[in-house]
This record gives sequence, structure tokens and C-alpha cells, in this order.
Amino acid sequence: MIVIPYVDKPHPLTGVTNAKFGIWLFLASEVMLFGALFSTLIILRTGSANWPLGSTELNVPLATINTIALITSSVTIVLAWASLKMQQIGRFRVYMALTLLLSAVFLVIKYFEYTHKFEHGHFPSTSTFFAIYFTMTGLHGIHIIGGMIVNAYLMGPGSAMWKKNPEQFTGRVECAGLYWHFVDLVWIFLFPSFYLL
Amino acid sequence: MSSHDSHAQGHHEMGFIRKWVFSTDHKVIGIQYAVTAMLFLLFGFFLILMLRWQLAHPNTAIPIIGGFLPESWANGGVMTPDFYNVIGAMHGTIMVFLGVVPLSVGGFGNYLLPIQVGAQDMAFPKLNMASYWVFFIGGVIMFASFFLPGGPAANGWTSYPPLSVVAQNGQTMWLLGMVFLITSSLLGSVNFIVTGVQLRTKGMSFFRMPLFVWAQLVTSFLLLLAFPPLEAAGVLQLMDRVFGSSFFLPSGLIVSGEKLTVSGGGNPILWQHLFWFLAHPEVYVLILPAFGIVAEVIATNTRKPIYGYQTLIYSMVFLGFMSFFVWAHHMFMTGMGTNLSNFFQATTMIISVPSVIILTTLLLTLWGASIRYTVPMLFALAFLPMFAIGGLTGLPLGLAAADIHLHDTYYVIGHFHYVVAPGTLFGLFAGVYHWFPKVTGRKTNVALGKLHFWISFLAINGVFFPMFFQGMAGVSRRLYDPMVYAHVAHSQGLTVLSSYCSFILGAAQFLFLANIIYSAFKGKKVESDNPWESTTLEWATATPPPHENFPTPLEVFRGPYEYGLTPKGYSPQHLQEA
Repeated sequence: MIVIPYVDKPHPLTGVTNAKFGIWLFLASEVMLFGALFSTLIILRTGSANWPLGSTELNVPLATINTIALITSSVTIVLAWASLKMQQIGRFRVYMALTLLLSAVFLVIKYFEYTHKFEHGHFPSTSTFFAIYFTMTGLHGIHIIGGMIVNAYLMGPGSAMWKKNPEQFTGRVECAGLYWHFVDLVWIFLFPSFYLL
Repeated sequence: MSSHDSHAQGHHEMGFIRKWVFSTDHKVIGIQYAVTAMLFLLFGFFLILMLRWQLAHPNTAIPIIGGFLPESWANGGVMTPDFYNVIGAMHGTIMVFLGVVPLSVGGFGNYLLPIQVGAQDMAFPKLNMASYWVFFIGGVIMFASFFLPGGPAANGWTSYPPLSVVAQNGQTMWLLGMVFLITSSLLGSVNFIVTGVQLRTKGMSFFRMPLFVWAQLVTSFLLLLAFPPLEAAGVLQLMDRVFGSSFFLPSGLIVSGEKLTVSGGGNPILWQHLFWFLAHPEVYVLILPAFGIVAEVIATNTRKPIYGYQTLIYSMVFLGFMSFFVWAHHMFMTGMGTNLSNFFQATTMIISVPSVIILTTLLLTLWGASIRYTVPMLFALAFLPMFAIGGLTGLPLGLAAADIHLHDTYYVIGHFHYVVAPGTLFGLFAGVYHWFPKVTGRKTNVALGKLHFWISFLAINGVFFPMFFQGMAGVSRRLYDPMVYAHVAHSQGLTVLSSYCSFILGAAQFLFLANIIYSAFKGKKVESDNPWESTTLEWATATPPPHENFPTPLEVFRGPYEYGLTPKGYSPQHLQEA
């Protein structure tokens, strides 16, 4: 019989469970992924003679709403996790649903931003500004969708684990939350880099 | 995880599919990785043999095989320039990303790391299975690209733009395949690090871990942090190719006499930075597991503790750390400026120090030992001078001034092949022969093994040593027909020598294949669980190890290499009484 230790209890040396250690490593790798893309943005921008001003090309008010939506969703996912810590699975579901709702708001607004750009003939092939804009926000959008799938699973079928092993389930929600904060953080860098500066 | 636990209870008789195909057992996954990787190694090696024929006998039909190839690859049996380019690109890609790394990390790492730290399995067994199957899909995509109408990628394994952006569809497949391979190594490296840190058994402190485990941990950190920038670069190149963006296309680029209709404003050098940011640490990903394997084999066969065990660990960690700061020494010729060149040649000289320390500690371990010249030990002993040649010939390439002369010549090919072919691959051969009795419960044939070693050793030097002379004489890489250039034609004798040695080397590998295939089914059974009288934990369990590795968790009482301290000659880590 295979018994893998530290699935729900933290390791005495590192102070974290396997899953939490794993998710931090994964996020380190994600930092390198987005770090490379931000470096690309800097190199393209400094190498360009006429880089457009983001606020004139893109819709700042919509992006501001999106920023607020994502930051709020980071708060609600922490509240979802805190509800589990207080043994309230019902409140957990409410906060998780709120998180999903806010991420859906983000994606819908992003959809309108994208279609608006396409209607005006702005594509990745238009200029390197739009190329890097679509690439980075698109990749970020894929990360949002991935996070939503995980969050929806944890709210729905995944929550069956709550009865069997509440500690492990709380750990899973915490890992999903860490990932979600990272996705939020990336947007907090994307917003000024593209829309404001 | 938990659902897995409850499932696995009492289910020792699993079906064939669950046991051998979609297995979560790290040992089975390790074997899957190793077999797949060896098939790809063979395929990549076979490709380059055809290329060596073209170089030795330009414009003559490839014997036997030439007739089976499609018209666009071999016109009347003679290799076409397009196919030559395909081989150049796919040999490198296959050997590095589908051969050596999956064998050394996916194969050896998966099989040995959990056992050597005394764990029952990886921390995330399902993730481990996913890692293999994502790798498999990546391999299938790469292999399938050979059957595209335009053929596979043909832009060198480095895929430099602008050429790679305007190239045929094979390049898109290459990028897709790479995205899968990168994802696979990400899943694997997270698993390795968590397992190595969290799942060590009682008493297995960090400085009691075998060097192989340390090597795999450093390697995993490199894979974890160096691969994502290449993934980013791959996404950018995909955007360029599929959506017409201009990340890597400068303004006013002219292709085949016509100005490209793209927005321009991109930077082709950017790709090189992102690519080498991965690809230099990747060199250490190739070599570190071999260090680990060679250290295990040398300790076992010298019957001595490793000289400077902790020094070796600190050197490997420093090597891994420094490997993130040397990438642009591949780019001295891009005109990036003397300041950058100075920085990167300084870091390159610094990184050679830990490599020399590692080699020295292994060499000093041999001092005064009564060496057992087993087959794995022969390969491990050959590894030392071969890696030394590879490493020392790298120093002139790391100096910007000398690199101007040597860049993109056969000297470079000789240099990195000495590191990877007689270096890493010999390390991996040593590993296969060393752990074969544990994995299969049967011994390999010693006479065949020694024959395989000696022919391979002589032939591989015949292949790569002449390249140093050719390179210093100015022979460039990637020339389809050497006879049309006067300065190249005059070293044709060395090219022919190199080619024929590569054919002998190819033939010798059939000895290896015959040996392991025959021995796996019909070889002599091992009488003991510890046939080499070794000390680390993989030898403390049954042969082959059961599903859960150790029916009862072991406790570790001492360091990994305590040889020669007792009359018995070796003190296994798990025995309280030495």
C-alpha cells in the first residue's frame, strides 16, 4: 500500500504540504514565463521609434473596471478559504461563486475590448504594440480561464472531499487561491504597462 | 492523491493497461521514459548517419536507405539540400529534447530519485503519469512533422528567426511539439523537487542524500526556471507564424527578392536571448544527471567514499546557479557590444571553476583505490577524460576574441559533442549497465558490454576529434557539399574518417541493443538484491523493487558512500550496525 506523507499535514522542515510546495514552484516557473514576456515588451518598446501611448489606443475606463473586478475576486477567494477554516462550507460556496462571477465579468469586458479592436482593424499583425498587447493579455486570459475551471471544480464536484478530508480540501482551495492571486498580480502589472504608461 | 490512496489499497493485481500503460508507479514511468527516449536517440542517431554519408561522399546515393526515401528527400538516392537542413534541425532537437533529457531525467530520475530518498512513490503520482504522456504527445507531434507535405522544421535546432518565421509549416509543428515538451518537463521538475525535499525517509538528511539525487534536484530547478522563457519565445514565434505579428521580423525585411508585407519593428536578436536563456542551462541539464550517475558508479566500483562529497554538492548547486548568467556567450557574433561580451565571458570563465572541481573530486576518488573494472565502471572512467576534453575546448569559445575565429565551425560541433556524446551518453550507458540488474533482476552480458564499450570509445573519438582540427582550419558548419569550397575540400580526408567512425559507432550500438534486449528476458538471474555490494537505498529493497518500493519505511543511519570502514567493505545506509 502506498502512503504519501504530507498530503494534508505540513512537513516539519519546510512547513508546507506537498501541494503547497508544488504550487509555489509552479508559480516560480510562471514568474519566469511572464518575466520573459515583460522583458520582451521592454525590449520592443525601447527599440521602437514611435511606440503609441496606451491610453490613446486602449480603453482605460473598461480596464479600470476589470482591475477592480480582479482585485475584488482575489479578496473573495481568500474569504472562501477563510470560510473553510471556520468550517462553513455554505459560505465557501457563496464566496467561490462570487469569485467566478467576477472573473466572468473580467472575461466579458475583455471580449468587448477585443472585438472593438478587431472592428477597428487592430490585429496582432497591425503593429508590435498590438502584437504584444494581444499576446500578453491573451495568455493572461487563458490563465484566467484555467483558474476558473479549477475554482468551479472546487466549488462543485471537488467539494465532495470536504466530508472525507477537510484539511486536504482546505489545502486545495488555498493552492487555487495562491494561483488566483498570481493571475491577479500579472494583471496588476499588465494594466499600467499597456494602458497607462 | 487521497482518492489514489483509497483506490490502490489491496489492488496489487492491476490490469495490463493500468500497470504498464497508464501507470502512476514512478518505476514504470521511468521505464516508459527510458524506452521511449532510447528509441528517439536511435532515430536521431540514424538521421545523422545519413548526413555523414552525404558529407563523406557528396552527391552519391545513400546505400540501401536512399532508395526508400521520398523524391523530395533523396533524389535518386542522393540526399537533397532540403533534407540535409531537415536532418541538421531534427537531429539536434531529437537528441536534446526527446533523447538525452527524457532518458537522464525522465528515465533515471523517475526510477531512482524516490527509491534513493526512501520514498514509496513521487509526491504527485498522477502528475508524474501526465508528465510522461504530455512528453509522448510532444514526441508524436515532432515525429509526425516528418510526414507533412513540406517536411519538418529545417532551421537548425536553434530555430533562429527571421528564417524560422518565413519557413515551411514544419516549424509550426516544431513549436507546438516544444510547447508539449516544456509542459512535460515543468510537471516533472515540480514533482522531483517536492519528492526530494518532502518525501525523504527518516534519517535521510540533505547531506546524506546520494549525489545522484542532488544532481536531479539541481537539474529540476534548471528545468523549472529556464524552460518558461523558451515557452514565451515559442508563443511569440507562433504568433509571428500564425497571426502575422512581427516580434522577430525587423522592418524592411527582404525575402527572395521581395519586401515582406509585415508591420516590422521586431527584433530577431530577442529570440536568441530567449532561446539561449533556456538552452545554456539546458547544457547543464544534460550534464548534471551524468555527473550524478558517474559519482554513484565510481563510488561503488572504487570501494571508497567520494572525495569531497560536500564540495561536489556545493559545486553542483553553484554550477546550476551560474548557468543562468552565461547564455549570451553563444551570441558574441551578434554585435551586442563589448560591455555585454565582457560580462558574459567573465561569467563563463567563472562557471568553468565548479565544473573543474566536480571533475577533480571524481578523479581524486580513484586515487589509491582497488578499482573493479566492471562494464559500468569502464563507461564512468571514460566519462572523465571525455568530459574534460569537452569542457576545456569550451574555454576558447567562451572568450569573445577567440570565438570570432571558431564560431559556427566544426570546432563548436566537436566541443559540445564531447560534452554530450562521449560525456553524457557514456554516463547514461554506465547507468544502464549499473542499474540493469536492479530494474530487471537479470545481469547483462559482460563480454558484449566490454566489446560495446571499447568499440564505442574508439569510434566516438574518431568521430569528434578530427572536428577540432577542421574547425580551427576554418571549416564552417552546415555545409551541404564540402567539395565545392576549397578550404573545406582540403580537409575531406578527416571528414571521411569522421564519417566512417560514425558508421562503426552505429554498428556498435547493436551490440548494446542485443545485450539489453536479450538480458532483459534471458539474462542470468541475480543471486542477491545487492549484486554490486553498494550502499544506497535502491539496493536495500527486493529485485525488481515492489510497487511501493519498501514494504516498511526504512531508516537511514549514515551517509551514502561509506565504503571500506568495516571488514565487510561497505556499510549500507539503512543498517544500524555497520
